[in-house]
Amino acid sequence: MAESTCPLSGQDVVERYFMEHRAKLLDIAAFLDRIDRAGPPPGHEDVRVRALRRAIPLLVDGAGDRTRRVLELFSDHSRDPIPTASTQAALGVDSGTAY
Amino acid sequence: MPYIDPHIHMVSRTTDDYARMAEAGCIAVTEPAFWAGFDRSNPAGFFDYFRQLTDTEPKRAARYGIAHYCWLCINPKEAEDVGFAREVMGLIPEFLDRPNVLGIGEIGLNKNSRNELVILEEQIELARRHDRLILVHTPHLEDKLKGTRLIIDALRNAAVDPGRVLIDHVEEHTVAQVLDAGFWAGMTLYPDSKCTPQRAVDIIECYGRERIWINSAGDWGPSDPLAVPKCHVEMRRRGHGEDLTRRISLENPLAFLGQCPSFQPRI
Repeated sequence: MAESTCPLSGQDVVERYFMEHRAKLLDIAAFLDRIDRAGPPPGHEDVRVRALRRAIPLLVDGAGDRTRRVLELFSDHSRDPIPTASTQAALGVDSGTAY
Repeated sequence: MPYIDPHIHMVSRTTDDYARMAEAGCIAVTEPAFWAGFDRSNPAGFFDYFRQLTDTEPKRAARYGIAHYCWLCINPKEAEDVGFAREVMGLIPEFLDRPNVLGIGEIGLNKNSRNELVILEEQIELARRHDRLILVHTPHLEDKLKGTRLIIDALRNAAVDPGRVLIDHVEEHTVAQVLDAGFWAGMTLYPDSKCTPQRAVDIIECYGRERIWINSAGDWGPSDPLAVPKCHVEMRRRGHGEDLTRRISLENPLAFLGQCPSFQPRI
């Protein structure tokens, strides 16, 4: 990855983007609250929510490259083609990963 | 500023969308053959679809001064049935010489299955045999990383010139492997499932402006046919000059698509 060519300073980025990302963070918080209010699901928590919870620490671990690492966390890392496609849809996270 | 939306499914959009895109500066679109939101019951359904792409849409677009080009293929979502897919592939050669056909696309993978891969390889060979450009669809969400690797392997095994292949729907975890292998990369601007305009500009800032473009992939799902000019606004919002907008949405599409002699939009 080359060095970023964004013309904005760090403070510019905060000034332009803080409010919309504050709102997005609150949306995630409200989503998790909504799940809590709806009550625990039977059996294990949905794999998508488990993956989401696993992703959140990546945002604050200070290691950078957060978007790529979150996408990789959600990805199927197997190498071989699957025998047959039993569905056409994607889930959003890899159902074969133990999140 | 004049721009090209190099991936949009206008068969799913209204004529009003053509009008709005023209007002925003769109001078040309390229439309890959894709899944219609349901599986066709018969390969013959694709004959009419290819007629729509090569005859009806160019006329509809021309009313708004937009040049319409297209790509033909059997899409990966309907490629699991190999026999069905081969029947559709058999229809393609008679359409390849229509004046608005650029090449084979959007071929690729959906769930990364063996049959999808077989049909991908056969369509790569079809493009090679007819010396056509290739537009590649990479899988959605959790399947994208693995699918992109499998697709690049298939293209390398076929010894295709990477400069004549655009691999679409790249995101932060796939863009480097596509560009490093010499292919062109497309970023699709979707509200939820692919890149937002902000992330697309981030990727350009981090990976450069060579061999990369943006598209709306507007279709029948959540999508925005004006996503490309909205991404230009995001570039300007950050202080980028018009040189970047022109490079990503005009000069780069002209360079890649111009490898097909029939691609000659009026600028």
